[in-house]
Amino acid sequence: MHSFYNFVSGPLAWIAFLLFIGGSIFRIGRMLVLVAQKEPFIFTYMSWRYSFRSILHWIVPFATVNWRRQPVLTVVTFAFHLCLLAVPVFLLAHAVLWEDSFGIRWWSLPDTLADTLTVIVILGAVFFLVRRITRPEVRFVTSASDYVILAIVSAPFITGFLAYHQWFAYPLMMGLHVLAGDIMLAAIPFTRLSHMIFSPFTRAYMGSEFGKVRHARDW
Amino acid sequence: MAEPSKQEKTAVVDDGIDVGVSRLTEEKIQSVINSVIDNETGVRLKTYVETCIHCGLCSEACHYYLSHDKDPHYSPVGKVKQTIWEMIRKKGRVSPEFIRQAAIIAHTQCNLCKRCAQYCPFGIDIAYMMSIVRRIIHRLGVTPLYIQDTAHSHSVTMNQMWVKGDEWPDTLQWQEEEAQAEIPDLRIPLEKEGADIMYSVIAPEPKFQAQLLYQAAVIMHVAGVDWTMPASVGWDNSDMAMYTGDNEIMGRIKRAHFETAERLKVKKIVMGECGHAFRSVYDMGNRWLGWSMPPFTIVHAIEFYYDLIKAGRIQIARKFKPPVTLHDPCNVVRGAGLGEKARYVAHALCETVIEMYPNREHNYCCCAGGGVINTGPPFKMARVEGNRVKAEQLFETKTKGAEVLIAPCHNCHSGLEDIVHHYEIGLEIKFFSDIIYEVMEKPA
Amino acid sequence: MADPQSWDWETREKKIPLDAWKTEYRWVEEPYASPDGEKVAAVVNVDEGEFTVCVNGEAWGETVFDKIWHLRFSPDGRLTALVNEMGEWTMAIDGEAWENKFGYIWEPHYSADGSGIAAAVQQDMQYAMVLNGEPWETMFANMTYFALSPDGRHTAGAVQVVDVDSGEIHKFQEGTFTAALDGNAWDTRFVNVWNLAISPDGVHLAAEVRLNLYDYTIAVDGVPWDARYQTVWAPVFHPLTGGVVAPVREKGAWTLAQDGKPLWKRTFVQLWQQMFSPDGQRIAAIVAPKYGRWTVAVDGEPWPATFGKLVTDAVFSPDGRKVAALAKDGETFRVVVDGQPWSDAWDMAWKPVFGPDGKDVVAKVEKDHRYTYSLNNRVWRGTADAAWDPVFSPDGTRLLLRTVESGQYVRRVVPVSEMAG
Repeated sequence: MHSFYNFVSGPLAWIAFLLFIGGSIFRIGRMLVLVAQKEPFIFTYMSWRYSFRSILHWIVPFATVNWRRQPVLTVVTFAFHLCLLAVPVFLLAHAVLWEDSFGIRWWSLPDTLADTLTVIVILGAVFFLVRRITRPEVRFVTSASDYVILAIVSAPFITGFLAYHQWFAYPLMMGLHVLAGDIMLAAIPFTRLSHMIFSPFTRAYMGSEFGKVRHARDW
Repeated sequence: MAEPSKQEKTAVVDDGIDVGVSRLTEEKIQSVINSVIDNETGVRLKTYVETCIHCGLCSEACHYYLSHDKDPHYSPVGKVKQTIWEMIRKKGRVSPEFIRQAAIIAHTQCNLCKRCAQYCPFGIDIAYMMSIVRRIIHRLGVTPLYIQDTAHSHSVTMNQMWVKGDEWPDTLQWQEEEAQAEIPDLRIPLEKEGADIMYSVIAPEPKFQAQLLYQAAVIMHVAGVDWTMPASVGWDNSDMAMYTGDNEIMGRIKRAHFETAERLKVKKIVMGECGHAFRSVYDMGNRWLGWSMPPFTIVHAIEFYYDLIKAGRIQIARKFKPPVTLHDPCNVVRGAGLGEKARYVAHALCETVIEMYPNREHNYCCCAGGGVINTGPPFKMARVEGNRVKAEQLFETKTKGAEVLIAPCHNCHSGLEDIVHHYEIGLEIKFFSDIIYEVMEKPA
Repeated sequence: MADPQSWDWETREKKIPLDAWKTEYRWVEEPYASPDGEKVAAVVNVDEGEFTVCVNGEAWGETVFDKIWHLRFSPDGRLTALVNEMGEWTMAIDGEAWENKFGYIWEPHYSADGSGIAAAVQQDMQYAMVLNGEPWETMFANMTYFALSPDGRHTAGAVQVVDVDSGEIHKFQEGTFTAALDGNAWDTRFVNVWNLAISPDGVHLAAEVRLNLYDYTIAVDGVPWDARYQTVWAPVFHPLTGGVVAPVREKGAWTLAQDGKPLWKRTFVQLWQQMFSPDGQRIAAIVAPKYGRWTVAVDGEPWPATFGKLVTDAVFSPDGRKVAALAKDGETFRVVVDGQPWSDAWDMAWKPVFGPDGKDVVAKVEKDHRYTYSLNNRVWRGTADAAWDPVFSPDGTRLLLRTVESGQYVRRVVPVSEMAG
């Protein structure tokens, strides 16, 4: 068991980080090369001002018409995504790892708070699952991959939660937790989790087209 | 997973689609789809497809979805799923029957109004994806008959309505003569090189609505505008080829339009109350030709009237009495930000303006635009029933007292006529120019 | 063309008052000046539905027409207009209407020497070209594009030869159009025919054609090139060899092709309005080397300077060594000669005019509704309410400037040295 943990948190973690960082750089680079090759006109219309105007509206809860139309979803999705980012980065146990591995130190979350945030992520995932199954307009466009990516995202949190509370076999759970984290990291650039890296660009482009050319709001 | 199957697949008879589909083979379908996707699309389509998280948040943006009791087949992403996703996933191996359905969806169940782009958290341009589908449908020769015929008219005459070379200047001279009965020295100056403004319209004006040319001439005359109209091709700014995905013809007719302005040495192009033509001239056609922005400043009628009223070049004798409401056309409000100027004009002309909700960029589409009304009678009811939500919005506004509906766009105008008639809403529909002509001070 | 040698290049200034016309007529339309500058004319309204043309203050012949439009001087100095009399239309030249009358007449064309004056006509909903008063013997159900040969002796049109009702899309797609030279239609049918060119010898006719909804090429005398393109633009004939050159689009990019074979090596985002130098040795075109940037390419090489809004009115010098054009950035135009933009920007500029030896370039320009001239990047001291293109004297030492100033038409002869100084 120990060797499993060492493997997933050692070489595999390195590979996962490499895939995540390298993959993300590759995907963004490829996107930009494709723009230059096939749709160079896009650069003509990009505007920092309108890109950020659009991004800003969409990353603030209730700042857009659609966020206001969907209050429950808005609360859940913002909570889910915030916690999803905050916990891996600021959890005390992770902060120790950051320092051990990369020699970087930063502020960390108190454990009980991190635990709450983890529960929020898990509940958020449950909400998305239920929404996907029960809402006809979501179910209609759902494919197996949607469940897979939901599982990939929730697995590190479920296993982390179980490990933290030591409800099942702690060493196994710890190993699984790290493995799940590795998988999620590695999957981000290569699945539709890539919306994490692409959405700022799609948003910025639409924001620029709306702001600079169409003189209209895109929110 | 069981999918809701509320959407009725009624057999529509359209010779453009039916004959086209009957000539298809699976090999041809595959080669055309892959050719369009590989050679004519790039990072946008790829990124949009890979970034969409299938959340369905675009659904409530769509009037078809809302009007069909939230049938997911009509949600923007639902239409994407039924068309381009499937084509990409199967690498083009789809059946002729699939293509028939894709043609119906892309041509008659989406107005390309881009409201959904305002509802997608990622700003995914679903209308663009529907345009790609229409491009594929064009390349397969399955475009609905009426709009294909219109594209043919564009290709032959450079106008939308098969108006022949002589009929255009003849109509202008006839309208000039009519207007001279009211204002004896009024002119419609043809081919006046070096005028400040070229005024361009869509072909339905000379064909069916010549009074709009008359009204425009009176407004120009009273305001003392130095204007001209061409007597050659290039006078028509409309563009259904843009909506059939016949980009080559789109480029050709836009080139004719811009080069006519070049030839006449005008400084601006002012266009009548039409939305799709604005989109074509300002956003789509110019880009295909390599102009990042149009070579001439394009002034839509709303902005033109705004400028004239603001500068006091036309005076209002007495404001229009019946309470009005204002429909925001997608192509000039979501597409050009003219919502506030439209309101300024409406308030300057009318005593009472009652807002409909939602409005401005969030207004519901007329369901006629994007070439949908141009698919003609076979799809008229699809368009009218597909916009029950507009009827509800209008009815609500009527209960607040509105009697007249201002629709500063030709397609909106015609589409709303059908909706007002079908749902028996009882609103009179007018262009701004109808009201300006009625209330402005004219020489005695 | 009237021989500029015989024009008055000595008198510095001649004036014709225009303001008086306004008192004489109900309204006076925009004036036109003759090429030699000796005459100025405008359509004037005599009374309700009664029009004539006022030339140098005199009415135009005896006839009063029901309607007159498209008043223009032909290059040889004859004054032409489209006129309506008793419900019938024709062309009138120096006040005399052609004997043949039509249901409608429009889009007059003039050959460079003015000997050929042509227009499109409609009679009983049938269409033809008319040249110097004589219409084609054959009429067609529709005619959409028109051409006059360089020597002014032949006319052509894109004509519909198979009747098709609106809505018959599949019949239309089988081909209902062709082109006709002097009324003789080709045997081949095309979906579309656009932008015709007649060879310098008047024998051959080239046109853009669409073979089906997707394939475009150039057809010469009814025979399409073997090559198929995504689309094509208007062909031109080589002035000496008779080869046909047209911009063609392949794989989303434009280049120039001659007789169906690539002519230029590189491709452009856009390429059109190609033109040969007078000796046929060089070819220039307006191009977009990259998206949203415009310039002129000569023999396939674009000028390094590019412009954002528009490049238009390109012209070769008579010796073929220089090219001038107009470039628009933002809302203003500049004259550009061999890629060098002049310093002054204008609200509008007109096609640059080269002197006979190609050294001097002058253009009519306008700012804030005041017209003037710019010669070799130096602005003329005078301004005017209206102006016409400048004309060089045959020896290139003087310029004929035609303007309207304070209600007077002014014909000026200005030494080039004076304007440049």
